[in-house]
Amino acid sequence: MSQANNGAVLAAEAENREFLVFSLGDEEYAIDILKVQEIRGYENVTRIANAPEFIKGVTNLRGVIVPIVDLRIKFHFDKVEYGGQTVVIVVNVADRVVGIVVDGVSDVMTLTPDQIKPAPEFGVTLSSDFLSGLGSLDDRMLVLVDIDKLLTSDEMALVESTSNQ
Amino acid sequence: MDIADFFDTFFEEAEELLSDMEQHLLELDVDDPDSEQLNAIFRAAHSIKGGAGTFGFTVLQKTTHILENLLDYARKGELTLRADLVDTFLEAKDIMHEQLDAYRSEEEPNQEAFERICQTLQQIALDEIGQQLDGPTIPAAEPKAAPTPVPSENDAEANSNNAEASSNGHLLVALLNVEDKDRILLVEELEQLGEVQSQSGDAKRYEVVLKSSDSADDIEAVMCFIIEPDQIEITAVEGVATEPAPAEPEASTPAAPAPQAPAESTASKASAPKPAAKEKPKKAAAESSSIRVSVDKVDQIINLVGELIITQSMLDQTVSDLEDQSVGNASLQNGMSLLQRNARDLQEAVMSIRMIPMEFVFSRFPRVVRDTAGKLGKEIELITEGKSTELDKSLVERITDPLTHLVRNSLDHGVEMPDVREAIGKPRVGKLTLSARHQGGNILIEVRDDGAGMDRERLLAKARENGLNVSDTMSDEEVFQLIFAPGFSTANEVTDVSGRGVGMDVVKRNIQSMGGRVEIQSKLGEGTNTRIVLPLTLAILDGMSIKVGGETFILPLSTVLESLQPAKDDMYAMAGDDVVIKVRDEYLPVIAIHEVLNVENAITDPTKSIAVIVQGEGRRYAMLVDELIGQQQVVVKNLEDNYRKVPGISAATILGDGSVALILDITGLHRLSRYKKEAGKKVVNNQNLSSFKEAEPS
Repeated sequence: MSQANNGAVLAAEAENREFLVFSLGDEEYAIDILKVQEIRGYENVTRIANAPEFIKGVTNLRGVIVPIVDLRIKFHFDKVEYGGQTVVIVVNVADRVVGIVVDGVSDVMTLTPDQIKPAPEFGVTLSSDFLSGLGSLDDRMLVLVDIDKLLTSDEMALVESTSNQ
Repeated sequence: MDIADFFDTFFEEAEELLSDMEQHLLELDVDDPDSEQLNAIFRAAHSIKGGAGTFGFTVLQKTTHILENLLDYARKGELTLRADLVDTFLEAKDIMHEQLDAYRSEEEPNQEAFERICQTLQQIALDEIGQQLDGPTIPAAEPKAAPTPVPSENDAEANSNNAEASSNGHLLVALLNVEDKDRILLVEELEQLGEVQSQSGDAKRYEVVLKSSDSADDIEAVMCFIIEPDQIEITAVEGVATEPAPAEPEASTPAAPAPQAPAESTASKASAPKPAAKEKPKKAAAESSSIRVSVDKVDQIINLVGELIITQSMLDQTVSDLEDQSVGNASLQNGMSLLQRNARDLQEAVMSIRMIPMEFVFSRFPRVVRDTAGKLGKEIELITEGKSTELDKSLVERITDPLTHLVRNSLDHGVEMPDVREAIGKPRVGKLTLSARHQGGNILIEVRDDGAGMDRERLLAKARENGLNVSDTMSDEEVFQLIFAPGFSTANEVTDVSGRGVGMDVVKRNIQSMGGRVEIQSKLGEGTNTRIVLPLTLAILDGMSIKVGGETFILPLSTVLESLQPAKDDMYAMAGDDVVIKVRDEYLPVIAIHEVLNVENAITDPTKSIAVIVQGEGRRYAMLVDELIGQQQVVVKNLEDNYRKVPGISAATILGDGSVALILDITGLHRLSRYKKEAGKKVVNNQNLSSFKEAEPS
C-alpha cells in the first residue's frame, strides 16, 4: 500500500511544474521556469527604428544581440517606468534568446496540476491562446503565460512571420 | 604550393569520406534504402576515386571505381541491396582504408586484398546486374561502365609492377564526338600510356588502336580528365592484324614525336609516374599534423575572443580615466598594455584559423580556362599571382562561382580569336591573369585579360536598347558597371560558355552579399581588368561610426565616398518632399537618417548637419548625419539570430562601452525612405512598417 502511495506521489511530483513569478503593475504573472535563462537589470538598450513600440530594442548579452520586449507596453499598462526594480527576464524560446521587461521578479513557485485552472475565454490584449492557465495559490492568482506561443506569435513581430511569405 | 602539400589534405578528406561512407552504410535500411543516403555513399566513393586518380593512387582508385559503379546501380535502383551486399561494401571500405594507410606511409597497398575485393565486387556486378542487363530500362552505353572480368585481369597485371609489359594488350579506343583539339591531346595522352598502333576516323568516331599494358579502366580514367566517360569506348582487340589500314599517312606524324622506349618504361609503371616521383620527399609524415575542427567551434572561439577584446577596451577606458584623475598605478598600466597586446595577438591568431590561401580557389582555374578556351577555339595562357594570399574560408567558398563566371566571360567576350589577335599585332596566345593580394583591410582579386576591352559606345547603345537610363556624360566606370545591370544581356553573342547559368548581375549581387564590390577598368583594344574587392573576413567590418541624435550607427566604410557640409544653395527640393543635393555637378538624393529612422533630438537643419556621400548598388546618396565619430573595425553580429531583419539595418555590433550599435544598410535605407514617403504624410503605422519587406518596391 505504501508503495502505491509512493507511486502516486511520484506521479504527482512529475506533473508539478515550477514557475517564475513576476509582476506587471499590480498583477502577478508566471512563466515556466525551464524557459528562463537568466535575470538581469534593464540597461543599455539600443533602440530599433520603426519597430513596434513594445520592442524596446536590442542589447548585448555577453556578445549575443538580444531583443528586449516590454510586456507592460504590450499589455497596455498605463504606468511604464524604468527603475531599480525593473528587470529583464531572459528567456529561451524557439531557439532564440529574448529579454522581457517586467516590473519585478518575486519568487519561484511549484504548482500542482489541480492548482492550475483553465483560463477563461476573454481578453483582447492578452488572448487566452497565450495562456496556459490561471494558477490559484491561496488568495493569489497567477496568470500563467505560455511564453513560447506569445513570443513567437505574429503580433509580437519578433520572428520573421512565415505565414505571408 | 607543391602537389605534395595536397596529399595530406587528400588523406584527411578521404579518411573523413570513408568514415562517412561507413556510417551511412551502417545506417542504411536494406529493405527500404534512403536514396539520399545511397547518394551520399556514392558521392563519397566518387570523391575518393577522383582524388585517388589525381594523386596516382591507382590501386585505391580502381577499388573505388568498381565500388562506385556498383553503388551507382544501387542508387538508381538497378541493384537490389541485401545485407550481405552491404557487408561486402563495408569490407571494400575497410580495404580502401588499408590502402589509404598504405599510401600515407608510402608503401604499396596489399595486392592480395585488392585483387580479392575486386573479384568479389565484380562477381556481385555479374550476378546482380547481369540479370538486370537484359532489362529494357538500361541504355546500351550504360553497362559498359560496369566492371567486366577483362579489366580485372589487366588490373592485376598492371599492378604487379614486375615490368611484365604484356604484349597482347591491344585495345581499340574509340573517341565519340570529340573535337579536334581535344582529340590531339587525347592521342598524346594515349601515347604516354602505350604504343599507338594506328589511328583513323573523324570527329564523330575516331579510333585508336593502342598497345598498352594498362587496363581499359586506367585509360578511361586518364581520358576522363579531358572528356566525358560516355565519349569513350574501349574494347579489347584480338591480335594486331585485325585492324584495317594499319598505317595511314597521318598516323605516323603524331606517333613519331613520342619516343618509344620511354613510353614503354613509363607504361609499365602503371600510369602514374608523376606523383610517385613527388612522393619521395614526404617521408615519415604518416601522422597528420593538422586536425579538422567544425567551423562552429572556431566561430565560437572567434566570438569569445571578440568579447575579450571588448572587455579589454572597456578596462582600458577605465584605467585611462583613473590616470586622468591621477590615481593611476604604474603596474596597472603595464598590465593593461600587456593585456592589450596579448588580446590583439590572440585575436589575430584566432582569425587566422579561418583563413585559407587563395590557392584553393585558383587551383581549379587551369582546368576551367583550358576547357573554355578549347570550346571557343582560343589560345589562352593563364597566369596566377598571389596564390598564398589568405582569405576567410566562408568567402573562399562563395567567391569561386562568381570568379568562374568572370573568367569565362573574359575568355568569351574579352580575348579575341587567335587569328584576329595576330591580325592586329597581338601575340596569338591571349593572356589571362588571376591575381590576389591584400590591400588595406581588404583583399583584392583581379581578373585581367589582354583582350579587346570594352567598347563604351557599344555598351551605351546596348543599354539604350535594353531601356536602361543612361547618358553620354556617364563616367567610364559607370558605363562599365552597366554590364552588371539585371537584364543587360549582350543577346546577340550568347554562347554556351557565357550567357548560361548565373548572369553578371548575380555575380555582382553575390559579391555584394559578401560585403565586397566589383570594379571594372577597361581600355578598348588593350584589355579589361575586373577587380573584386572583398573584406578579409565577414566577421569584421571596417566601419565609420556616426552619431544621429544621441544614437550611434555604423556605416560600412567601403560605402563611404566622402563627407561634406551641405550649403543651403546646393540643396534643392523636388516634388515637395524629395530633396537632392548638388555635389560637383551631380544631383544626389538626400536621405536624412533621423527622418528615416525616427531619431529624436537630431539636427534637423541640413546645413548644420554633415552629408556623407555613400554608394550602394552602384548609386550614390547623401546621408544627413549629426556627427562623424571616426573609423573603427567592428565585429559584425547578426540581428536575425534572435530577432528579425530590420529594414535599413544590415547587422549590429558591440561598441567599446558594451552597448549595441546598428550597422546601416545604404540601399535598404533608401528603399525605406522611399517607402515612407510613398506612404504619404499620414502617420505611418509602426505595425505596417514592421511588415515592410526588403523587397523592391513595385
